[in-house]
Amino acid sequence: MPISDFQVVIGLEVHAQLLTASKIFCGCSTAFGGAPNAHTCPVCLGLPGALPALNRSVVEMAVRTGLALGCEIRPKSVFARKNYFYPDLPKGYQISQYELPICEGGEVTFTLDGRDHTARLVRIHMEEDAGKNVHDVSADGSSGVDLNRAGVPLVEIVSRPDLRSAEEAVEYLKALRAILMALGVNDGNMQEGSLRCDANVSVMRKGASELGTRCEIKNMNSFRFLKQAIEFEARRQVELIEAGEPVVQETRLFDPDRGETRSMRSKEEAHDYRYFPEPDLPPVIVEAALVERLRAALPELPRAKAERYQRSLGLSAQDAGNLVADAAVSAWFDAALAAYGAGPEAAKKVANWVIGELARLANETGEAPATWKLTPARLAAVLRLIDAGTIGGPGAKQVVEEVFRTGAEPDAVVKAKGLAQVSDEGAIEAAVDKVLAANPGEVEKYRGGRKNLVGFFVGQVMKEMRGKGNPAVVNALLRRKLGD
Amino acid sequence: MSTPAKELCRLGLREAGAGVAAKAISSSELVEASLARIQATDGKLGAFLAVSADRARAAAKAADARAARGERRSELDGVPVAVKDIFVTKGVPTTAGSRILEGYLPPYDATVVERLEAAGAVIVGKLNMDEFAMGSSNENSAYRPCHNPWDLSRTPGGSSGGSAASVAAGQVHASLGTDTGGSIREPAAFCGVVGVKPTYGRVSRYGVVAFASSLDQVGPLAREVGDAALVLRTIAGHDPRDMTSSTRPVDDYLGPLEEGARGLRVGVPREWLSGGLDAGVEAAIRAALDTYRRLGATLVDVSLPHSKYGIGAYYLIAPAEASSNLARYDGVRFGLRAEGAKGLKEMYAESRERGLGAEPKRRIMLGTYALSSGYYDAYYLRAQKVRTLIRRDFDEAFRSCDVIAGPVTPSVAFRLGERTGDPLQMYLADIFTITCNLAALPGLSVPCGLEAGSGLPVGLQLVGRPFDEATLFRAARALERELGPLPAPPEP
Repeated sequence: MPISDFQVVIGLEVHAQLLTASKIFCGCSTAFGGAPNAHTCPVCLGLPGALPALNRSVVEMAVRTGLALGCEIRPKSVFARKNYFYPDLPKGYQISQYELPICEGGEVTFTLDGRDHTARLVRIHMEEDAGKNVHDVSADGSSGVDLNRAGVPLVEIVSRPDLRSAEEAVEYLKALRAILMALGVNDGNMQEGSLRCDANVSVMRKGASELGTRCEIKNMNSFRFLKQAIEFEARRQVELIEAGEPVVQETRLFDPDRGETRSMRSKEEAHDYRYFPEPDLPPVIVEAALVERLRAALPELPRAKAERYQRSLGLSAQDAGNLVADAAVSAWFDAALAAYGAGPEAAKKVANWVIGELARLANETGEAPATWKLTPARLAAVLRLIDAGTIGGPGAKQVVEEVFRTGAEPDAVVKAKGLAQVSDEGAIEAAVDKVLAANPGEVEKYRGGRKNLVGFFVGQVMKEMRGKGNPAVVNALLRRKLGD
Repeated sequence: MSTPAKELCRLGLREAGAGVAAKAISSSELVEASLARIQATDGKLGAFLAVSADRARAAAKAADARAARGERRSELDGVPVAVKDIFVTKGVPTTAGSRILEGYLPPYDATVVERLEAAGAVIVGKLNMDEFAMGSSNENSAYRPCHNPWDLSRTPGGSSGGSAASVAAGQVHASLGTDTGGSIREPAAFCGVVGVKPTYGRVSRYGVVAFASSLDQVGPLAREVGDAALVLRTIAGHDPRDMTSSTRPVDDYLGPLEEGARGLRVGVPREWLSGGLDAGVEAAIRAALDTYRRLGATLVDVSLPHSKYGIGAYYLIAPAEASSNLARYDGVRFGLRAEGAKGLKEMYAESRERGLGAEPKRRIMLGTYALSSGYYDAYYLRAQKVRTLIRRDFDEAFRSCDVIAGPVTPSVAFRLGERTGDPLQMYLADIFTITCNLAALPGLSVPCGLEAGSGLPVGLQLVGRPFDEATLFRAARALERELGPLPAPPEP
């Protein structure tokens, strides 16, 4: 039976690090990096006698996340201890939420192949991150523990098994990431682990009503790996079923080097976490007034923004989707558009630059929009130079790249690099005449009906003018001289 | 020094503090007297696990300098006290009575230690205790036994055994203990001193090595009711580092202290005086109740029908929380680590095997079992429901009385070694004190005389409404004033 006879079923558990300045239960910094254990104190080291004190901004960020995803916000939620031993877990338990999480229900809507899909959420809960074990820290091969990350606040966003393909899972995660970034609660960085995802994957025969046995896949720190891992896992499970073997419920680790998943621990080895309510923390009370204040202050969310871009700016669904995937990028786009002009034509021009050339340059340097030396005002200046005919397309590209790298003013770059294009008819006419005189054969053919040779002539004239001829003037003069 | 050291040591806390303020005695004299008495008596008593003489002498000097300038931080400025070894003290060894913390030097002070020192109290050392506060006789200390100053062959009680013994023997003027199921009140009763378990949330637990977080509470032990009230007022109050500490303002405990018992409605739970109590203890308790009546109080018959489930609920909840609280003693970051272990699991197992004593291990196993998947509802959750019922019993009783009175323990101090082979028998020592912790209510033990025959102290327990420690102090003081002070125990 081929794989196409099977349906893959996926649910995602997404861990998102909240962008608070300090940890969830102490005043230590959440900054990434730093010397090992530089950002620690008795609380996040789990020293005897230390107690957690809840950082209220974690609660607010979790509530805002829940509101943006249409969840019910629990007026009273409860922290619980999840007990297990591991060196990176200083207290021997993780403070998380279990029976009464802060948010329940909700959904994430995403677009795939032009169609909208919705995946429902089970819950969102708050918890603390663990530290990290560092191996071979000294010559004798011993391991160390870095607890800088221990106590960094997380929300875990758990979906129902509503996703039906690896592509859906990827688009779900992209949509969720865009929302978290638009809210300013998460930086969306999957490489550094501030956004992490586990996938529960099962397969069933198409048309079946009962879900198959699921495996939990861990360690996928990019969209590509998520897709690879799910596809591999689905194929593995189908092959087992076809061979008449059972799928065993277990936790599996994705190996990005080999593109496969492998067993980490079986159901029998699974921890009994012995959850119980955290006695050191009173229940978290969220007043209705706070919920309403946070709801009123929610920013425009990616899908609403994309719709607005399409409706009032006339952008294509694809362009709009591209812009809103990163709230920092769409904010930059908004600022550039405001600096440049209004209306669909202006929007399309700005969008093309942002999605094309700027995305390429940003990808190269890894800089966030807020720190680009090419400010929105400078892009607007470049666009006005194009509109005035001062520079053409190729020149503009050079100007943008130079401004992006150096922060120089566009007109200064145009001058310094001699990128201003020539619109003077006399100079262009001289070049046209020279090209026509040098290519009598082509002129003959053109006049004989091979009109597509116009491109050849334009190219030759531009070459003659070292790329600086105003293309509109060049075209007009050529056609006149060729007798059109 | 005009007053003999032994007499200095018998001064009450407030008396000693007033002497320092009046420059009649110096803090240094008090501290030297205390250190000398510890030196002379502790070999037999075993109340201390660590004495920090240098730090105490420096603090005394600073207190004397303040007194010379006419400054006074509080009524206990310059007075030597000691704290149970469960409170973390910066740079001073803190073991919680366990081998697994041998040599551990905390990098910070517990909130109550900060508050005592901010008030000028001089902490002379760390007091013996049952390992991780698990025990009722101090026999679970991993380091040394502690003896009852009234009879060295007997237990001082536990887990705050050192806290009670040192105050009774005049080594310090007051001490701090912790009480999870009776660990302040039982040793206070056994040693003939005043011990207070405040309302849960009245005192910060920050820096207190945790045993059972929803039950643990810090409280004072002293030879006089007013001294205990002063210490509690010093350490009580909200602490942002302990979210379970209450934001309620701290009452004036000393103001109404002398108001007497007239008009007070004293509830007597019929379940507490109906068998299971040694005759000598029962006689002393009934005599104390008669004294209250004579002082103008009304005795009211009340019922606490669910208190009989207290021990059962307690020995599910406390071990469950302990099993989690003690997980951090894993050999990774501090304390004892088994060397030469092969691999992580063996390192964990060996470190805990060597570092933890029998009682913590027993409770870790009990608690782990109670929280296990499939048992949680039947054990932990049901125990929490019992807790609610016990609290309702008290709420109902307090509709007809202002304070509840009864025994602290079924017997006077028992002999060392008498119950160590029978944990269940040991657990029953807490039968009257445990409900107070489960219901989060304040409880106090005040001496009400010596048992006829044995001549050992008997304690009366007073239980109050939430945060009504003031009434407990007032009622206890009325009895204390009427009965007069206990004689000093014999010289060890």
